[in-house]
Amino acid sequence: MIRRLFAVLHARNLEFLRDRGTLLFTIALPIMIVIGMGFIFGGPGRPLFKVGVLAAQIDPASDPFLRERYVDFVPLADEAVALKKLTHQQIDLLVDVRAPVRYWVNTDSPKGYVIEKLLLAADSGALRQPVTGAAIRYVDWLFPGILGMNMMFSCLFGVGYVVLRYRKSGFLKRLHATPLTAFEFLSAQVLSRLGLILFVTAVLYMGIGTIIGFHNSGSLALLALLAVLGALSMIALGLTIAARFSSEELVGGLLNLLTWPMMLLSGIWFSLEGAPRWVNWVAHTLPLTHLLDGARAVMLDGAGIRQIAPNLLYLVVTALGFLAFGAWSFRWRID
Amino acid sequence: MKADGTRRPGRGNFPRHRWTARPRSESARIARQSLEDPAERTVSNPILEVRNLVKQYPTTTAVDGVSFEVPEGICFGILGPNGAGKTTTVEIMEGILPPTAGEVRYRAEPLGARFHEEAGILFQKTALQDFLTVRQCIALFRGLYAKGLDVDEVIRLCALEKLADRDSRKLSGGQQQRLLLAIALVNDPEVLFLDEPTTGLDPQARRNFWELMESIKARRKTIILTTHYMEEAELLCDEIVIMDRGRIIAQGPPRRLLREHFADVLLELPRQDFPERARSLPLKIIDASDRVEITTQDLEGTLRTLLAAEVPLTHLRVRPGNLEDLFLELTGSELRP
Repeated sequence: MIRRLFAVLHARNLEFLRDRGTLLFTIALPIMIVIGMGFIFGGPGRPLFKVGVLAAQIDPASDPFLRERYVDFVPLADEAVALKKLTHQQIDLLVDVRAPVRYWVNTDSPKGYVIEKLLLAADSGALRQPVTGAAIRYVDWLFPGILGMNMMFSCLFGVGYVVLRYRKSGFLKRLHATPLTAFEFLSAQVLSRLGLILFVTAVLYMGIGTIIGFHNSGSLALLALLAVLGALSMIALGLTIAARFSSEELVGGLLNLLTWPMMLLSGIWFSLEGAPRWVNWVAHTLPLTHLLDGARAVMLDGAGIRQIAPNLLYLVVTALGFLAFGAWSFRWRID
Repeated sequence: MKADGTRRPGRGNFPRHRWTARPRSESARIARQSLEDPAERTVSNPILEVRNLVKQYPTTTAVDGVSFEVPEGICFGILGPNGAGKTTTVEIMEGILPPTAGEVRYRAEPLGARFHEEAGILFQKTALQDFLTVRQCIALFRGLYAKGLDVDEVIRLCALEKLADRDSRKLSGGQQQRLLLAIALVNDPEVLFLDEPTTGLDPQARRNFWELMESIKARRKTIILTTHYMEEAELLCDEIVIMDRGRIIAQGPPRRLLREHFADVLLELPRQDFPERARSLPLKIIDASDRVEITTQDLEGTLRTLLAAEVPLTHLRVRPGNLEDLFLELTGSELRP
């Protein structure tokens, strides 16, 4: 069985590596996107101080500091959320103007240092509570999303169209006349694509990470595990579409039907915090959402395996479920 | 996966094949040998048994109750026009198409893992993986079987040495068929299925392919050959079935079938030379596309009848019957390639 699996795997790898156009495109597209994004979002931030205020809404009359000019005051009711924003330097200072006046400042933030002076000029008795944490730029937040999006396209379309092409050309029918089983064939396709995706993602991670100066807060091994499971789940999802059908139009349409919700709802471009409950529910049925949630938790917050265990579990279950369905519904030939 | 590269003892005893055109007389000698070779030479148990095979599609019945046995070590031909049910029958025999009813047995057992290991198959139309060389295509299929021939040996056997490193998509029709035959031979099969292997090839490539087939036959492999080229069947097959509209209409060694049906000789006349009034003559007349054929055992008597009816005989041809005539006689219609 292993011998047959590797024969198909080796041939598929050769086929892919010699298809220069596809290979180039696979690597070039995400690099171009991220360089573009880095160029747009990675520049200097806006010259405005942003201060979080622990309150449901802000009343400038309650404290002289709230009347400072060139400062954007943002009401934040949840202290935990507000502190996380301060840690990531999404706000420069956090104040609680209810007596006694307290404030939190990120000692790693140069803007925090300046705005602290402004606050102390207005409220000299305010209690200082320091926090630390490096700034998270939008490009840092976007980085896992871009890697995930590239994986999604490569997983769904790479495997889906290859199997469809084999079926239409009659190559699958010829393989069916050998001792090769559907499971062996599908496993070889999954492994070939998985190897490719992991390689491309690793190259992108290192290359783009260097370009944008990204720092990973968590475990690289955990990130790799997440990438393997996420890719497996999405490749298997692509196989469920390609397992049976023989029409490019139908398969293309169905794959698009899968990619669009993931593009919009999985949190590639923007966070879904605050979105309606049903949107969140739909988003969390998509494997990419779990991959990105897990990846951001590891890369940005340094989360461990316990924190992302639900994401990992969801990816394992969906990978197995999709693969089983794909093998069950697999057709070697055009009916 | 690459083959292990070791030679297996007792294998690779094929006569070295050369892709040079043989003189016509030699090809004719092969043809005579084939016809004279007694099909009854094999008395062993059948390697394949086909029992009451039926294949129904929503609007048609492609195979309608077909039964036959294939003795081991012979070349077994399945003949018939397009749409006769040959390919459907063969694909059910190959285990890639489920029958609606009936069964196929290989060495007295239902088709299973052993059959897939021991069968070699050449489909009518097969695409291979893109971007692979001839050698890599063969190596891929070699990797799918537990045992078989060395990749280089198959390349030599099918005279692909000079093409071994060429992209498989850049082969001519004849070269492509040789590659597909190489793939079919890569597991050193006990039974080899060839579905219209020479359709679309030019005459020289077809003749080369037949020579290759002769060398495979010499190894006493069982070959199942479907074709609509009667010359091919006469040359290669020890036994044939003729199918039409999903049924078998004749079965046996080609020589015996011809002997049984053609104690007669055939007279051919161009259609325009055969007047309508002559159709009422007491003759056995068969209509072909551009000619009229008359079968008879009494050549002199038939000629006298035609002369008396003032049928012009300038373009008359007299010849013995062949498989195509047999098909015409059995079905009343011409073979449609």
